[in-house]
Amino acid sequence: MLDFNPFAALSASIPPAAMQGYVVLMAVLVAAGTLFDIVHKGSARYFFGEWRKSKGSRELGGGELAAIAAKTAVVDVLASGEFCNTKRRIAHLLTMYGFILHVVSTVVMVFAPGADPVWARLWWIGGLMVLVGGYWFWFFIRVDVAAEGSSPFRVMHADLFVLSLLAAVTLGLIWAWLVARGSGAAWLVFALYVIASTVLFGSVPWSKFAHMFFKPAAAFQKRVAHANGSAENLPTLTRDDPEQQARHSMELLRNAPMDMGLGIKREAPRHY
Amino acid sequence: MPTFVYMTRCDGCGHCVDICPSDIMHIDKTYRRAYNIEPNMCWECYSCVKACPQHAIDVRGYADFAPLGHSVRVDRDERRGTIAWRIKFRDGTEKNFLSPITTKPWGQAIPQLKDVPAPTKEMRDSQLLYNEPKWIRMDDGGLRTLKDAGLRLKKGVYY
Repeated sequence: MLDFNPFAALSASIPPAAMQGYVVLMAVLVAAGTLFDIVHKGSARYFFGEWRKSKGSRELGGGELAAIAAKTAVVDVLASGEFCNTKRRIAHLLTMYGFILHVVSTVVMVFAPGADPVWARLWWIGGLMVLVGGYWFWFFIRVDVAAEGSSPFRVMHADLFVLSLLAAVTLGLIWAWLVARGSGAAWLVFALYVIASTVLFGSVPWSKFAHMFFKPAAAFQKRVAHANGSAENLPTLTRDDPEQQARHSMELLRNAPMDMGLGIKREAPRHY
Repeated sequence: MPTFVYMTRCDGCGHCVDICPSDIMHIDKTYRRAYNIEPNMCWECYSCVKACPQHAIDVRGYADFAPLGHSVRVDRDERRGTIAWRIKFRDGTEKNFLSPITTKPWGQAIPQLKDVPAPTKEMRDSQLLYNEPKWIRMDDGGLRTLKDAGLRLKKGVYY
């Protein structure tokens, strides 16, 4: 089942050029939508404004900026390091890597029908990762469900991205499963799959899709602000500094371990 | 002045919703970010400011002691057991403070007054309050004064 390439089966009824044209159209919609989003919401203007404002006590060199960029890429982007809640971080990692695997393998299978069966396997695994992370998020971790006790079935504008993503991947996997079984209902599900995918990639200016582009920029700016001493006006004194440890008023912590545990964060906030 | 949330920093984790003693920090139904639903009822206890893992909540100081352009921000680092404050005045003066968190686990910090020796007549007649000499560190070279710190009280308003 995991080796089944649904796009190869589909090419018998839809010309590969049409499928490839659709994928290119979706890529163009994402690029155009993101640019429109940046201009319309002024996110780039805001980013550069914050950048100019965060003049700290010292200038950062090119090497330091490169090191911060590398750290942002590894910790904040690749490992979703900005999440404080472990469950949300795991759900995000599953959804993010699942989505990347699913999209990349879709493109490979559409543009190279005779691709290695490993791509079909990645398509299935990526799709299942999105479903696990996405439905876990939708039913249990979402803030208004977890922190406000709202019903998980309350749907609104803010859910456009996550719902269209879940709908596209769920319908895609069901469609592939029906095609593999030779079911006649496959065409109906395929039509819904195409609609959901079009909504997902075409709704970028109105959905959270563009966060994959602006969130790394925000994470980078936050790290730069800490490195140059401005730190968004937050305190920069810490107990790691030996001079601070030796101060008279710190005597209560003289024998305390440097990691005293999670404190109030040991409990997930769900006592609404 | 009541708390406000930097929407670009908040990730809607709900720690402020949990900790607010007035129950006025809520998650916005549209944007799924925290906000203060009733600023009039906020008594600036700073619980949410200190609990926020993203430092997304701030409080604007009253204009009489903190004119525009100031900043008072706090970082409660429970892993290190410290609380740090950074005060920026609008003339550029900056003050930094770092202290141990003295919050005790619930029920552990009940003073056992019956075990403490009764105050002497001299202590009763003194102007000082119970334990005052100890906690203001009169045993450590006397009271802290402006003079000790090389400062001088001046008349008028100085920025």
